[in-house]
Amino acid sequence: MRKKQQVQTTGEALEKPESQIRVMWDTLKKNKAAVAGLVVILFFLFLAVMGDWLAPYDPEYSDMGHTFVAPCRDYYFGTDQLGRDIFSRVLSGTKISLFVGVAAVAYSLLIGTVLGSVAGYFGGKVDSFIMRCMDIMLSIPSILLAITLMAALGKGLDKAIIAIGTVSIPEYARIVRSSILSVKENDYVAAAKVVGNSDRRIIFHHILPNVVSSIVVRATLGISTAILDTAALGFLGMGVQPPMAEWGDMLGRARTYIFSAPYTLIFPGLAITLAVLAFNLFGDGLRDALDPKERV
Amino acid sequence: MSEEKKEVLLEVKHLKKYFDVETNFFGKPTAVLKAVDDVSFKIYKGEALGLVGESGCGKSTIGKMLVDLYKPTAGEILYDGKDISKLSTKERRKYCKDIQLIFQDPYASLNPRMTVGDIIGEPIRINKLMPDDQVEDRVTYLMNCVGLANHQRNRYPHEFSGGQRQRVGIARALAVQPKLIVCDEPVSALDVSIQAQVLNLLDDLKEEFGLTYLFIAHGLNVVKHISDRVGVMYLGKLMEVADKREIYDNPLNPYTQALLSAIPSTDITKKKERIILTGDVPTPINPPAGCRFCSRCFKKTEGCDTVIPELKDNGNGHMVACHLYDK
Repeated sequence: MRKKQQVQTTGEALEKPESQIRVMWDTLKKNKAAVAGLVVILFFLFLAVMGDWLAPYDPEYSDMGHTFVAPCRDYYFGTDQLGRDIFSRVLSGTKISLFVGVAAVAYSLLIGTVLGSVAGYFGGKVDSFIMRCMDIMLSIPSILLAITLMAALGKGLDKAIIAIGTVSIPEYARIVRSSILSVKENDYVAAAKVVGNSDRRIIFHHILPNVVSSIVVRATLGISTAILDTAALGFLGMGVQPPMAEWGDMLGRARTYIFSAPYTLIFPGLAITLAVLAFNLFGDGLRDALDPKERV
Repeated sequence: MSEEKKEVLLEVKHLKKYFDVETNFFGKPTAVLKAVDDVSFKIYKGEALGLVGESGCGKSTIGKMLVDLYKPTAGEILYDGKDISKLSTKERRKYCKDIQLIFQDPYASLNPRMTVGDIIGEPIRINKLMPDDQVEDRVTYLMNCVGLANHQRNRYPHEFSGGQRQRVGIARALAVQPKLIVCDEPVSALDVSIQAQVLNLLDDLKEEFGLTYLFIAHGLNVVKHISDRVGVMYLGKLMEVADKREIYDNPLNPYTQALLSAIPSTDITKKKERIILTGDVPTPINPPAGCRFCSRCFKKTEGCDTVIPELKDNGNGHMVACHLYDK
């Protein structure tokens, strides 16, 4: 021990770097529920891409001679009040729902993370200012805020994404801030400071990677919330405009026929449930897979 | 330290750090914790200055102020004769590079998401100390210096034991080629069997890299092993500073005497008198007036509880803050 050790140049070979993604995948694979979630998500992604091509009818074509046809060989999921094929509409809606969900979450995640990081890391007046603004946003009912934003921005899918995304910014800002508050007390953050890292590098290289898991879990849950919010906006006549097919919108419009033609609700509802469930299961598995301490 | 001319590397003058523990509605502090209260000392080039004291006496706070993690409330830190609060950005970068910290808890001081190789290599990369293609070799060299095998470089901290993690922490501190390393209780979180290994390693590295240490610990026995001089702290004040031998053989301050008497002896023939202190450490929010130790001192005399004793040279560089030695 006292003598300097011989420099090891030969002997044991350098261990292969564990590829982060590889290890993550290995962990994820063990979680059956997460794999099931992933499979369903991939299935929906496939439908989103191929939906229009697979659809047996034009999802926007209204055949007034065939309204409220119960599910049969011609119309797998039946037809709605305007005689549109529900199967084709569900397929076509996948693309919109997933896109709005992912885009809205990405938008609010980006802004929320930046705001939350700055607030949590720098603290003091900056923190108070940002978080009070977030509190004000949270004090307005979210759907009301989304409607107000829509009213200000105008109709359309892109505006819907901004409205739904903006509404959930405070949630992400809060989660990121609180995670950062706990992580930044760690000695390794102080160590990073001592060796000369810049504030920006500390946030992005030392703190954020350690709060990713909680953000990812929240984001996957957020996608489902965003899908539901889109539906609510659609139902109120904002966001996705008819005749475009969107699950939540279909659900809202079929509400009147819940007893006479339940299949008009069941299938889009099932699609929403399945997508939400898949994202939740996958998000849960991802959280475990992202934490190196959970690896065996 | 031999008698040769000693060069001062870092000097601390009247350093204070107060924390506001309570503030009123308008943000005015109503209770102030005096973690470090008017401490002055010098660190000479090439020596290891040990700093001991009970928990909460402010020794870690001093270490953190030296590496710029805390801003002093008052006082100066002079490095190479220059006040570090007045450095230009460029000089400051150099200062920060010259002074490194080894942390107490090796489980919290390593980023769990970075490989050990990245942790050690990062300081070199961000300070641009050498071209990128040489960093890997340097990391290999550093890992060997601290007794880690090169093939472990792609592992994550959680795959290592406490002692090995502390070695990683040491290698990271060495990576920027510092002059002074503040060791903040580097072995107190480790197993006793590992403590000696790490202490020996630190000793070896000091020789090899020509380092200077400020070695913070809460027990005199750990400090005895590695220090050349020892400073004893109590409630934010420096009570006594002297050469190691002086302190152990001839402790002047009653507090130091009490501390030394608490070290268990392995020599059964030597009968040691144990000085038992009564009472608890007073809170640093409301410390006793006068000498900080007066409430528990067994040699307390008149005036101890009103006048704060200054740290004065009692001959041979043996500095002590105690009214017993007022001449």
